[in-house]
Amino acid sequence: MKQLTERERMAKRLPTYRIRDFDEVELGFTEDQAIREASRDIRFCKASCMLGCPVGVNIPEMLRLVAEGNYEEAYRRLIKKSPFPAITGRVCPQERQCEMFCVLAKAGKPISIGAIERFVGDWALANNVKEEATIKPNGLKVAVVGSGPASIVVASDLARLGYSIDMFEESHMAGGVLVYGIPEFRLPKEIVRKEVHRLKELGVNIRLGVPVGTAITIGELAREYDAVFLGVGAGHPKFLNVPGENLLNVYTANEFLTRANLMKGYRFPEYDTPLRVGKRVAVIGAGNTAMDSVRTAKRLGAEEAIVVYRRSRQEMPARAEEVLNAEEEGIKFEFLLEPIELLSNDKRTVSGIKLMKMKLIESSNCERKAVVPTGDTTKLDVDTVITAVGFNPNPSLKIGTNGLDTDDMGRIKVDGQGRTSLKGVYAGGDIVTGEGTVIEAMGWGRRASTAINEDLSVR
Amino acid sequence: MKRQLASGVKEIIIFAPMVSRAAKAGQFITIMTDEKGERVPMTLVDWSATEGWIKIVISEVGLTTLKLGSKEVGETLYYLAGPFGNPVSELNSSTIILVGGGVGVPAIYPIARSLSRNNTVISIIGYKNANSILYEREIGEVSDEVIIATDDGSKGQKGFTSDALRELLDSGRKADAVWVIGPAMMMKACSEVTRPYAIKTFASLNSITVCGSGMCGACRVSVGGKTKYTCMDGPEFDAHEVNWDELILRLGAYKEEEKRALGRYILRSAN
Ligand SMILES: Cc1cc2nc3c(=O)[nH]c(=O)nc-3n(C[C@H](O)[C@H](O)[C@H](O)COP(=O)(O)OP(=O)(O)OC[C@H]3O[C@@H](n4cnc5c(N)ncnc54)[C@H](O)[C@@H]3O)c2cc1C
Ligand SMILES: Cc1cc2nc3c(=O)[nH]c(=O)nc-3n(C[C@H](O)[C@H](O)[C@H](O)COP(=O)(O)OP(=O)(O)OC[C@H]3O[C@@H](n4cnc5c(N)ncnc54)[C@H](O)[C@@H]3O)c2cc1C
Ligand code: SF4
Ligand code: SF4
Ligand code: FES
Repeated sequence: MKQLTERERMAKRLPTYRIRDFDEVELGFTEDQAIREASRDIRFCKASCMLGCPVGVNIPEMLRLVAEGNYEEAYRRLIKKSPFPAITGRVCPQERQCEMFCVLAKAGKPISIGAIERFVGDWALANNVKEEATIKPNGLKVAVVGSGPASIVVASDLARLGYSIDMFEESHMAGGVLVYGIPEFRLPKEIVRKEVHRLKELGVNIRLGVPVGTAITIGELAREYDAVFLGVGAGHPKFLNVPGENLLNVYTANEFLTRANLMKGYRFPEYDTPLRVGKRVAVIGAGNTAMDSVRTAKRLGAEEAIVVYRRSRQEMPARAEEVLNAEEEGIKFEFLLEPIELLSNDKRTVSGIKLMKMKLIESSNCERKAVVPTGDTTKLDVDTVITAVGFNPNPSLKIGTNGLDTDDMGRIKVDGQGRTSLKGVYAGGDIVTGEGTVIEAMGWGRRASTAINEDLSVR
Repeated sequence: MKRQLASGVKEIIIFAPMVSRAAKAGQFITIMTDEKGERVPMTLVDWSATEGWIKIVISEVGLTTLKLGSKEVGETLYYLAGPFGNPVSELNSSTIILVGGGVGVPAIYPIARSLSRNNTVISIIGYKNANSILYEREIGEVSDEVIIATDDGSKGQKGFTSDALRELLDSGRKADAVWVIGPAMMMKACSEVTRPYAIKTFASLNSITVCGSGMCGACRVSVGGKTKYTCMDGPEFDAHEVNWDELILRLGAYKEEEKRALGRYILRSAN
């Protein structure tokens, strides 16, 4: 049997340099690399990889076109399923989605699908590939609430079909987590800006600074528009609920990342929003939010930046590539520890964390091991704490007051196509699933836009 | 439109039809002056849904408020969003005391206007001295009675608003509820005054805000031992339950950075 060739590796900037700035860490494939990697594809396998992609990208087709050097066609076909490949190629947790299902994964050498997708997306942006279709207005109006990945897909899908779209976003910048959460060094904001600009070119009217719920209610939108899509996300931070949580220099990850990314606090005082980072920073949690916070803290001058997680390395929910990048950047990891109190020497500023030592035990009812306290405690001296322990649905929409059915966690209930309990009102993304991924949110956006188009066509 | 009310205090009228059509007493907006600016909250003081404008009163205490105050008539703001926060609680046929301190006085105006429809409203308004008096006429129009206090006694009663409030209650005046808006120290003092009388007291908190929409947790405060979001659960809270010392501590979190930013701004403007 033919020897399996090694995976192509993306070039990365050296850790010593990259921790000094916010420029992108991974440099993407060169054209040669993309062709070589795409050519590793086994042509006649069953393409099990597609089972792992939440939006069903035709991966073998993309790989074939890239191997042939036909990037434009690869792009045009790709965006039918994944509309923003420059984004998803960078942020999808491929090791748990497409790449995990690749037949070559068993040998530890799955095709680098994400890196190739990114290459195609970047190529299209660099070469300014334009829309071909001309849009025929159909006279129907849709309100899209929020401007995260789910909403962007709904807006672009429906605008292409001729709908007139008003997008309402409460923030001063469109993009949702893509602009306020995920840092520049992982997803350059220029890419998001270009994709948002494309929405405008499609005729989408983006209205910033409008909190739906107080400025205008869902009911009012439902009366004014033929359909309403709610993609307001889940970014309402959960607290640790331990004593000392409101001491100075204790941030939620969202405050820390918003100050740093959205408000450009890392360029204070050129930008006005201040951000304070100490010498020893602990980040509680081990998801993408935690990795982004800890790496941001490192870049802002923390001498030691430490991840504190109640489980062990295997259970970390963050994207594998970013855990690796964090390790390369000198981030420390402390496992099997749970904060029980935030300590302070002067009753003002945080000075340490009291931690419960935890242990993993086999659990009968789920795949994941359960974690229980041992009874032993320990202490960690730090001068800044960032909590990244999860999110609840965003509250500003005031969902409960609008007669929308929600589940016990406050997420909007929908059918498989994003229809809510109110006629003409649809929802998708994190507000429906809880914290998910960018591509899952986009998948929900696609389902909802399909449903909206179907429902309005038969009317 | 822009109007100077007192030294360092300006009233600004902004065309914002989306906000004006939905505004309610007690709510606020967030503003950025420019692309590099900070996002800061300001109370909605007045508005007209038919004409599409809103009114705010700013006290120039730092970089952002100075930048805002230096905007000329006809200029636009980079970003304005709202309304945020919950409208003021409703009461009927009650006697209510409203206490406003300094720039907190304009902030009690919409509350007084809303509550005076179905209640008796006594307003206590306090200032440093006679020169810093503002919104006296406006408050008078929507109150049944107005008491003025100045720290130095140059107009009205001498002393703080909390002193005036104590005197009023000690004199036997009955009140069903008290609202206080102003500097955190003043709100704390007033809540201590009403506590022994067990009068329901509301305070509109001014904690540091980043998003205004429940997504960052910067504005968190402890109320009744629980962590609450000023922007989502407030800004109005039961004053007797608020952990005032924590609020005051957190308001000072960025003192050094604020000074640095302000110094830089003044230097640049001077050059
Ligand atoms: C720090 C961080 C890192 C992440 N990293 C990754 C990653 O590497 N890979 C990955 O796949 N996923 C990642 N995720 C998860 C992913 O970003 C989310 O699953 C995805 O963004 C959800 O998209 P959405 O469209 O549902 O909502 P969001 O992106 O949350 O956008 C919601 C938008 O709605 C707006 N909004 C809310 N309420 C209102 C209202 N009432 N009126 C008007 N507008 C409103 C908000 O301001 C926001 O802009 C990360 C999340 C975070 C926080
Ligand atoms: C709900 C609410 C309503 C408010 N309404 C008014 C109003 O009607 N008129 C008015 O003049 N002021 C109001 N404030 C306070 C106002 O937002 C602050 O004075 C302003 O943000 C100060 O910014 P600065 O850059 O000028 O000053 P800085 O030098 O940055 O800060 C001066 C002080 O203001 C406070 N502050 C700083 N940043 C913020 C922030 N992002 N959010 C809140 N407080 C901050 C801090 O205590 C700080 O020490 C309100 C605050 C809140 C929370
Ligand atoms: S969209 Fe994400 S999961 Fe799907 S093929 Fe692309 S990288 Fe893989
Ligand atoms: S990526 Fe893997 S599973 Fe998918 S077609 Fe290629 S070899 Fe087969
Ligand atoms: S200001 Fe961000 S949660 Fe209240």
